[in-house]
Amino acid sequence: MMSSAQVVGTTLERLPVSSEGAESRVRWYSPRNVIRALLPLAALLSWHVLSSTGVIQPQYFPSPVTVFEALVELGRSGELGQAVPASLARAGTGLAIGIAIGIVFGVLNGLSRGFEEVFDSSFQIVRQVPFIAMVPLFIIWFGIDESFKIVIITLACIFPVYINTYSGVRNVDPKLVETGRVFGLSRFQSVRQIILPAALPAVLVGVRYSMGVSLLALIVAEQVNTENGIGHIIFVATGALRIDIITGAILIYAVLGVLVDITMRFFERRLLPWK
Amino acid sequence: MTATAPSTLPLEPHDDGLSGDDVVKLGHVTKTFGERAILDDIDLTIRRGEFVALLGASGSGKTTLLRILASLDHANSGDLHVAPGRSVVFQDARLLPFQRVWRNVRLGLARGSISRADIDAALGEVGLEGKGGRWPKTLSGGEAQRVALARALVREPRLLLLDEPFAALDALTRIKMHELVLRLWRRHDPAVLFITHDVDEAVLLADRILVLKDGKFVVDLDVTEPREARRTWAGLLEIRRQLLAELGVVH
Repeated sequence: MMSSAQVVGTTLERLPVSSEGAESRVRWYSPRNVIRALLPLAALLSWHVLSSTGVIQPQYFPSPVTVFEALVELGRSGELGQAVPASLARAGTGLAIGIAIGIVFGVLNGLSRGFEEVFDSSFQIVRQVPFIAMVPLFIIWFGIDESFKIVIITLACIFPVYINTYSGVRNVDPKLVETGRVFGLSRFQSVRQIILPAALPAVLVGVRYSMGVSLLALIVAEQVNTENGIGHIIFVATGALRIDIITGAILIYAVLGVLVDITMRFFERRLLPWK
Repeated sequence: MTATAPSTLPLEPHDDGLSGDDVVKLGHVTKTFGERAILDDIDLTIRRGEFVALLGASGSGKTTLLRILASLDHANSGDLHVAPGRSVVFQDARLLPFQRVWRNVRLGLARGSISRADIDAALGEVGLEGKGGRWPKTLSGGEAQRVALARALVREPRLLLLDEPFAALDALTRIKMHELVLRLWRRHDPAVLFITHDVDEAVLLADRILVLKDGKFVVDLDVTEPREARRTWAGLLEIRRQLLAELGVVH
């Protein structure tokens, strides 16, 4: 005689358990971050191995050791200490102006049909023009000095912020706005207390995007008549065929990109604690 | 002429012309969407402190009526008088996700007009002691709806409009919310217009039941049985059958 379990013939499946969801603080050395760093470190290692075994020939691409030495040399001579702040100030100024313009027009066009009809089509047209194409014109209009560089970075930074702010304001849940009306909020109060905070996550996405774009515009801007900055280092090094310095400068741009990302994560955590 | 007479917008509710005991007085109110009359020449009076349940099938115009009373929508014609001091609880809690719970309760009230202690007391009343500092995201559906109730009641409305407030909650939470709404109603004494499509909910809670069908009230029924006795009340089945028949569910 068979037992009932055998009659039915069902084997129960063991389900896995997981400690996921239990609160644990993320530290810089936590497994997630270690995994993130794995691929860049592996790339660095294979670069070194391929260079030292002669697979990569030094006249085309320098070894990481040479690049590191070049950076140390730049640091010793004080060039680096002068170039990085100069470049950051440039990118930061253009970024700040671009963000301000983008937010102002994004909010106004998002809130008001009238504004939108006047400005949005023009913004969309200008947005489609790659800012790099404007460089020759800007040189004629603004000269080749600092103002030209700021303008080109500003122009590049406006649109990511504008577009995200605009759609953020436009896509605020109308039910929340309606609730504000039920509880007696004026239009102004509704904008300040509901629409703007609700649009903030989208604005920050735009700002993050603009920060990346500002570095891109910085590289373009610094190719033209620059007396300081990372672009200047690249320019001089190109003349001297110092590919170790060129590579080092490119690495600095990469590090700045990572720093932008870390900065934005910090701001997002501070500004959007409710997320 | 210094003081022009207050312009009475005929299609927006206003509070003159109400007799002392009425909070809502509608006469010949019509609202059409395209060809269709959502509200077809309806009359309605709600007295102070009355608990009215409004039943109707989907699309029967019950939410339209509530939105007109809340000044979120306008009637096309008719004579509308509604007391000032109206609050709404919607089907979804509609809390601002970026404000802590206590700030949500204070929505629309001037900073100085209500203290944090008052807000905490209001939260205590709906069973959310000590949860004022939470973010709405961390609340369950029932808790969020309790916050919405606290937000509606903290301004002591004369008319509380409830638009299927418990439709999205589970059955057990719903029973608790029924008790809570009755308790709050007794304490604060607003007139309540409770929109629902749940016949049992209407019979258990209300003094008076209205059924809206094809733009008109087809039932206006007073429920006199004491609330405590209603669950075991012999007449319950008959009322239920009658209401369901009017709603077109049974014949």
